[in-house]
Amino acid sequence: MEKKYIADLENLTPLIGREIIMDGTTIALFRLTDDSVKAIENRCPHKNGPLAEGTVSGTNVFCPLHDYKISLETGVVAAPDEGCVKTYETVIENGKIYLVTAL
Amino acid sequence: MPKQKLLMIGNGMAGVRTIEEILDRDPEKYDITIIGDEPHPNYNRIMLSNILQNKMTPSEIILNDETWYASNNITLHTDEKAILIDRHTNTVTTTKRNISYDKLILATGSRAFILPIPGADLEGVLGFRTIADTEKMIETSKKYERATVIGGGLLGLEAARGLLDQGMDVTVIHLADWLMETQLDAKAGELLKADLEKQGMKFLMQKATAKIIGKSRVTGLAFKDGTQIETDLVVMAIGIKPEIELAQHANLPTGRGIVVDDFLNTADPDIFAVGECAEHNGIAYGLVAPLYEQGKVLADHLCGIENKGYRGSKMFTQLKVSGCDLFSAGDIKETADIKGVTIFNSIENKYKKIFMRDEKLVGVVLYGDTTEGNRLYNLLKKEEELTDFTLVSLLHKSGESENVSVAEMPDDESVCGCNGVTKGDITRAITDKGLTTIGEVTAHTKAGGSCGKCKPIIGDILEHTLGDDFVSAAPAGICGCTDLTRDQLIIQIRAKQLQTAKEVRHVLAFRNPEGCSKCRPALNYYLNMIWPQTHADEPESRYVNERLHANIQNDGTYSVIPRMYAGQTDPQQLIKIAKVAEKYNVPLLKLTGGQRIGLYGVKKEDLPKIWEELDMRSGFAYGKTLRTVKSCVGSKFCRFGTQDALALGEALERQFEFVDTPHKFKMGVSGCPRSCVESGVKDYGIICVENGYQIYIGGNGGTEVKEAQLLTTVATEQEVLDICSAFVQYYRETGVYMERTAPWLERMGMEHVREIILDPTEQAKLKDTLAEALAGRDDPWKQVLEDEEKQKLYHVERV
Ligand SMILES: Cc1cc2nc3c(=O)[nH]c(=O)nc-3n(C[C@H](O)[C@H](O)[C@H](O)COP(=O)(O)OP(=O)(O)OC[C@H]3O[C@@H](n4cnc5c(N)ncnc54)[C@H](O)[C@@H]3O)c2cc1C
Ligand code: SF4
Ligand code: FES
Repeated sequence: MEKKYIADLENLTPLIGREIIMDGTTIALFRLTDDSVKAIENRCPHKNGPLAEGTVSGTNVFCPLHDYKISLETGVVAAPDEGCVKTYETVIENGKIYLVTAL
Repeated sequence: MPKQKLLMIGNGMAGVRTIEEILDRDPEKYDITIIGDEPHPNYNRIMLSNILQNKMTPSEIILNDETWYASNNITLHTDEKAILIDRHTNTVTTTKRNISYDKLILATGSRAFILPIPGADLEGVLGFRTIADTEKMIETSKKYERATVIGGGLLGLEAARGLLDQGMDVTVIHLADWLMETQLDAKAGELLKADLEKQGMKFLMQKATAKIIGKSRVTGLAFKDGTQIETDLVVMAIGIKPEIELAQHANLPTGRGIVVDDFLNTADPDIFAVGECAEHNGIAYGLVAPLYEQGKVLADHLCGIENKGYRGSKMFTQLKVSGCDLFSAGDIKETADIKGVTIFNSIENKYKKIFMRDEKLVGVVLYGDTTEGNRLYNLLKKEEELTDFTLVSLLHKSGESENVSVAEMPDDESVCGCNGVTKGDITRAITDKGLTTIGEVTAHTKAGGSCGKCKPIIGDILEHTLGDDFVSAAPAGICGCTDLTRDQLIIQIRAKQLQTAKEVRHVLAFRNPEGCSKCRPALNYYLNMIWPQTHADEPESRYVNERLHANIQNDGTYSVIPRMYAGQTDPQQLIKIAKVAEKYNVPLLKLTGGQRIGLYGVKKEDLPKIWEELDMRSGFAYGKTLRTVKSCVGSKFCRFGTQDALALGEALERQFEFVDTPHKFKMGVSGCPRSCVESGVKDYGIICVENGYQIYIGGNGGTEVKEAQLLTTVATEQEVLDICSAFVQYYRETGVYMERTAPWLERMGMEHVREIILDPTEQAKLKDTLAEALAGRDDPWKQVLEDEEKQKLYHVERV
């Protein structure tokens, strides 16, 4: 396991996504109302919509292009639409956000 | 046989309701004439409080408009006072004419009681009774700061709350130990006072006013205890005085009011009295519910329908001040045989006290949570003996009472206390007449038409009665998170003074505490519209385009479309655009449908830099707002041009560039009827003609093409701008979020919209409200460039 520092919690506005580019993949990072942090792949399974720009509610994000609803916890698209995006595990230590990646 | 002549003096709530009841029973029976000394048709006096509290406008409180009188063949003389009744010749003399009658109804109401103390006639001393009084208060609040209300009863507190809403510093003077002492016990009075103090109201208790100080205008008050305060406005709300002078001069017996029998008959068989001016069994009532009951009895009587007669009424009181929900009914003084039982939840500040005599419920005071009011009032009216079991349930319902279910409500329970309409009446009307909205229920049953407090319950009954049909038949909730419609939300937001979207979702019990992509932007819009100067816009609830001030493209890039007023640009701008396009490798430069230049395919991170280098304002090509004013060159260059279309287009675009609307809003100005910019499919389209400007509204060229309709023709540019203000603001206030002007106009009706926005007073008001809402708005691109915090939204982290 490896931890990679990606951002500071205080720099994230709650409910507004941030785009992170890491080794060529782009990740959408979100700070939720309870100050927990979620990270998912920044590409909607429908037509590649940038999920970082979506509307966040609870633990879901609505894609800005065609309103797919995607769980930030599982990455699964809510019915009746279909699909799934990759999710990433994060930890917060002393206000710093790290992404946990398998080596 | 010629019809009998029915004359009524007083064009107010009780009188006109009586006439409505007569028309319901026998529309052909009488030839009706009404005299009223106010200049308005019959309006809902109760809602004056809401006007003062900025929740409604005067046109919204009209109950019967002129066409109602005309279509029922009623002759109406407004602005005319009756001054004499001649009982020998059956003639009434007014300030303008003599009118003879066969039957006469006195429905003269009351006037505000003004304390007979020195200075009571000074400028700036008012009662609170009429539209004129209300307008005077609003006017005064614009020039002066301090207001004093004498009287901490229902009317006084509503006036005081309204004056606070008008921005004044308000003190309430009250003689008794606690507020609303006839309707509340000491504890509830204290809770009320504490809540009002939190809202900013000040109080001087146990104070008797001795004198009003001032030369021509009031400057202060002196009290019997020798103290004084300074003030610019005094509103006397210490009580009302039935208007009985006419009757006295006609030698009809009077007490506090005009004395009537059980059929509202005075001592003269041809003369009746109804409403606040009448005294029945020693009581002159001051709330509409009993007055409407009297109206029914009188209508039966005058139409020859048998009736048991009027037997007096039980009453209840509610206060129309947000954040102070109270309910009071019946006897609320503890005596040797009346015992009170209290429950107080000090955490949620909910207070409930019931008063019992011989096992019967005789009085109720509720504070903080009034949902049980109707149920308890019903028990009280029925005068049934309560068993131990019901007594326990009476007390225990509190706290869990938020979901008083309409399913369990008995059919004979009163829902609208003002109009005496029961749940059964409402369900019957819904099923028999196929009603699906609260508005329709009010139109058919009158429930909800007076103080309006019962509208939510009517909604519940509609839903309960129609079941699944309700969802399809009635306008359903604005999204999956709530069943409330747009109108219900707006009413609740205003009535409960909800300030943030979070509060709205919480108080109105949204299923999803954080909302969804549909209601989040909608609520943000509504709150911005209702509280333009105080609501903090929520960027996280805006759609990405409006959050980033650029239009997202199908590949996640953005477009940049700068403002070019009326489609005009100049060499410097073109050079800058060219340079930027080259430097940032902008993939596409294109003229938009709205006569602007667009840079397409821009990366999010580059947006702020590009704006800075362009040094132009945002063209708002991405928002629910004024997009563009498309204009032709008009008389400046075109040989057919009749007016300077370019100048007008630019003026419109400059004045309205920062307005937010329920959906995008486009304008067009053509220099002549050839209409080169297609003014006929614009939300607000102008066609210049020789003698002025034709204004078209509600044209849309989008998914559904709709031709605009001619509103009017005006002579000057200023009128085009003023009417545009009124139109835009009316659309903002009444539009459903995401509803374009064409469907909006269809829903509202062209005639109605025309009446409102061409009415000079309404127009001026709408214009002022819009100006206030737009005050201080600025170019969003500039705001991003000046604020590093805002620039963070455009950052992409690379790790
Ligand atoms: C601010 C405010 C809030 C209120 N809130 C509530 C509430 O929440 N619930 C409730 O039940 N009630 C409320 N009321 C009371 C309610 O409005 C009255 O009970 C009701 O309007 C009385 O009806 P009426 O027809 O008897 O009198 P009015 O509505 O006053 O009508 C009488 C009309 O007769 C006219 N008139 C008088 N003399 C003459 C004359 N000689 N010639 C021609 N015209 C004449 C008057 O100008 C007036 O227009 C409120 C009142 C006010 C002012
Ligand atoms: S609308 Fe009339 S004035 Fe304007 S360009 Fe066309 S022809 Fe000329
Ligand atoms: S790309 Fe996300 S919904 Fe279409």
